[in-house]
Amino acid sequence: MKKFWALFFWFWPLVALYVCLIAPSRGWWFPSEPLSTLGHQIDGLFYLILIIVTVTFVGTQAALGYALWKGATKGSSQKAWFSHGSHKLEIIWTIVPAFVLVFISLTQLDVLADIRVLSKFPDSVQNSPVAEVMARQFEWRIRYPKPGTKLMNEPQPGDLYFVNEVHVPAAVPTMINLRTQDVQHAFFAPRLRVKQDAVPGLIIPVWFEIEKAGEYELLCAELCGWGHYKMKARIIADSQKGVDEYLTRLELEQNEDGVADAEASAE
Amino acid sequence: MATITPALDTHDHSHDHAHGHHEQTFIQKYVFSTDHKVIGIQFLITTILMLMVGGALALAVRWQLAFPWESMPLIGRVFGLFHGEGGQISPEFYTMLFTMHASVMIFLVIIPVLAGAFGNFLIPLQIGADDMAFPVLNMLSYWFMWPAIFCFGVSFVASGPTAGPGNGWTSYPVLSDLAAAAPSSGAAQTWWLFGLTLVGVSSMMGSVNYMTTIINMRAPGMTLFRMPLTIWSMFITAILQAFALPVLTAAGFMLVFDRLSELLPTTIHSVFFVPAGIIVNNAAPTVGGGQPLLWQHLFWFYSHPAVYIMLLPAMGMVSDMLACMSRKPVFGYKPMVYSMAAIAGLGFIVWGHHMFTSGMNPALGMTFMTSTMMIALPSAIKVFNWIGTIWDGNIQFNAVFLNCAAFVALFIVGGLSGIFMAAVPVDIYFHDTYFIVAHFHYVLFGATLFGVFAGIQFWFPKMFGRMMNDKVAKVHFVLTFIGMNGTFFPMHLLGIAGMPRRYADPYLHGYLEHLLPMNQFMTISAIIMGFAQFLLLGNFFYSIFRGQKAGRNPWGANGLEWSAPSPPGHGNFDVPPVCYRGPYEYSSPEAEALGQDFILQTTAPPAGVQRVAVHH
Ligand code: HEM
Ligand SMILES: [Cu+2]
Ligand SMILES: [Cu+2]
Repeated sequence: MKKFWALFFWFWPLVALYVCLIAPSRGWWFPSEPLSTLGHQIDGLFYLILIIVTVTFVGTQAALGYALWKGATKGSSQKAWFSHGSHKLEIIWTIVPAFVLVFISLTQLDVLADIRVLSKFPDSVQNSPVAEVMARQFEWRIRYPKPGTKLMNEPQPGDLYFVNEVHVPAAVPTMINLRTQDVQHAFFAPRLRVKQDAVPGLIIPVWFEIEKAGEYELLCAELCGWGHYKMKARIIADSQKGVDEYLTRLELEQNEDGVADAEASAE
Repeated sequence: MATITPALDTHDHSHDHAHGHHEQTFIQKYVFSTDHKVIGIQFLITTILMLMVGGALALAVRWQLAFPWESMPLIGRVFGLFHGEGGQISPEFYTMLFTMHASVMIFLVIIPVLAGAFGNFLIPLQIGADDMAFPVLNMLSYWFMWPAIFCFGVSFVASGPTAGPGNGWTSYPVLSDLAAAAPSSGAAQTWWLFGLTLVGVSSMMGSVNYMTTIINMRAPGMTLFRMPLTIWSMFITAILQAFALPVLTAAGFMLVFDRLSELLPTTIHSVFFVPAGIIVNNAAPTVGGGQPLLWQHLFWFYSHPAVYIMLLPAMGMVSDMLACMSRKPVFGYKPMVYSMAAIAGLGFIVWGHHMFTSGMNPALGMTFMTSTMMIALPSAIKVFNWIGTIWDGNIQFNAVFLNCAAFVALFIVGGLSGIFMAAVPVDIYFHDTYFIVAHFHYVLFGATLFGVFAGIQFWFPKMFGRMMNDKVAKVHFVLTFIGMNGTFFPMHLLGIAGMPRRYADPYLHGYLEHLLPMNQFMTISAIIMGFAQFLLLGNFFYSIFRGQKAGRNPWGANGLEWSAPSPPGHGNFDVPPVCYRGPYEYSSPEAEALGQDFILQTTAPPAGVQRVAVHH
């Protein structure tokens, strides 16, 4: 029975590893490859940490299991090792992990700066948000500047509005201004690996570069009330031309009265 | 010695006041008792019952995630009685479930079971005192739990039948600040805050007592570095409480003040956390210049140290138990003490790691990332030393040992997942996903609760003079261990798959639909684990009355508590203890000379060797 317990503590980490190994093929992994430039960097860091952590996990669990196995196979007449510790070992297992942890921290700094430090944002997006994304219970309200003008913090006459759909250009860096009208929310685009809280009272610029045209989920990642789970929206990445066309269409729809609309649809 | 004698004097004095009359009524003895042992056991039984409440709430959460919008069996009926929805979980109700699950587990189970139950029971016994420094304060710290439980209870129904507190245990404003923001943000939120504050009052009374007792009331010869690691951990935890709690209490009052103006006709009207121009539910825009991030800073300034308040005592207890069950000294006693101190110190400068996506200054993010990485270091050192403690020991494979080994094995997982989240860019993806949920359940359930299970069985004979049944405890261990991993390990994968936490229905989003079967597997594991706890309950209550009788020292352990009768009478020790050595001299030559593999801290060395006053 003693050996059983030692094996028990060896066995479950193997199951855990096996589950992680098959996870990607079962769809229990990232929803897709990262589809933004920063996403690639984030995933790279994730896999770096994953390797270090896996080695540590295997090493420590194996050692723990082995310590149990040694105890299980020890004759009851044999006495325990009388030791209060080892100065040398303490030094080794303080310095080595310290080094690894500092190394991990250092690898993060550049990417963090790229994501968050305003002055490191690509020049092309500095001070030129394409849209304001305003969260509210329980939807996303998008405000674009009137084509040809700049987005202002305060709504301007001629601004264009839409709900739960953000159109942005693909393959170029893009910046949006994130706000909330009521409580805190968070802008979460899982395939783009973008997440940023929308904090009441703040306007927070968020930039990303979506690599390919397409449709990407946008959801809320900060508890905002009972309907938190249903703040479902889409980010639509398109060529610059496509986005311009969309905005023109939106402007037409918004400015025309019903009569013109009817004419348009009659054509 | 000089510090010890006067302290003993003053204590004898207060002792006379508190317990002068030995014919106590039943109420004095078992209800409003000032005896630390009774108070400890009161805390223990209360928290075990609260564990079942918190567990039921968790199963309801799991039910919704596995079978969204389907009627819940059994529990659903009970909820249905006053929620009138035929046992179906509504989205508001779901937010209440996870909020109250976390609140009950954190504030009414984990924190009070460690400091309240074990701290109370063990501190005087392990340092050789006859009670706490302030017995009445100690009694009050228990009895303040009940108003807290009452407030949490009222909060379930205060806002009408469908809205309990539903803003998460973190209760971020503005959601938790403006009553119009959600059905759960009305009176329910206020009662929740009162409950939180009362738990804080209770903890603070405990903390003051523990610090004073440990500093002043150690038996002769019990030098700081002869204290068991349990005592060190309780001491460090008490310091953490004392410095962190006032901040939470202040923040709680600020939030209450922000809210009061809406609820009572009062002149108090503050807007600490509400900026101007916020429009909730078409109400008029708010006026005021508050800052919602202020709450996050204050809340996490308490709540990060609090996660260590929820772990350190278990770390200390597990160190004691591992040494005893391996019949070996703790490997690296001093590094263990220093690493606990380092965790506590660093614990005060890492709170920002909960706010990496909050929009705070990125330079702060970098600082918090580095300090957070560094806090993993003392945790790692402790893991290595635990493995060193077991290494080449004469292991007793009983339920106590198995639960402790599980503590180490599962803490490793929780510590390692922490590293992903400490790395800011990676955390940007993981924040508020199930990866976080996996992380804290590995540390809080995997580590702390398994440590508590072990501790209950280990000190049970001292509490009640009887043993718990080891076979039943082993079955409980296996079922809980398997259920625990089946429930929580897949959460890492859900987090990687991008499943957000606190979603009543994640499957609304196409990219999460295929995760339903995995969630069903997790729910089944959770149900098994939940029902396994009846084994613990049964074993516990049965053994109080029918367990095998135990002597003073059934485990052959070294601590002072094992030299007292089981259970210790009033005043604890029949022979005033004197401490002659460290607590972990298992299998020492000195012990062997006595023909055994342990040597009580109270066993006098052979005549002529006088070591009482030695300090090192
Ligand atoms: C090895 C050291 C640890 C590291 C590096 C670490 C790191 C972190 C980080 C970065 C977060 C925030 C993640 C996010 O929300 O995005 C977090 C959350 C959390 N950690 Fe840890 N952690 C460690 C150990 C612990 C321990 C020992 C406990 C408890 C005993 C704990 C309990 C928690 C809890 C409860 C949360 C989530 C709070 C919430 O958002 O509801 N952690 N941890
Ligand atoms: Cu939300
Ligand atoms: Cu933390």
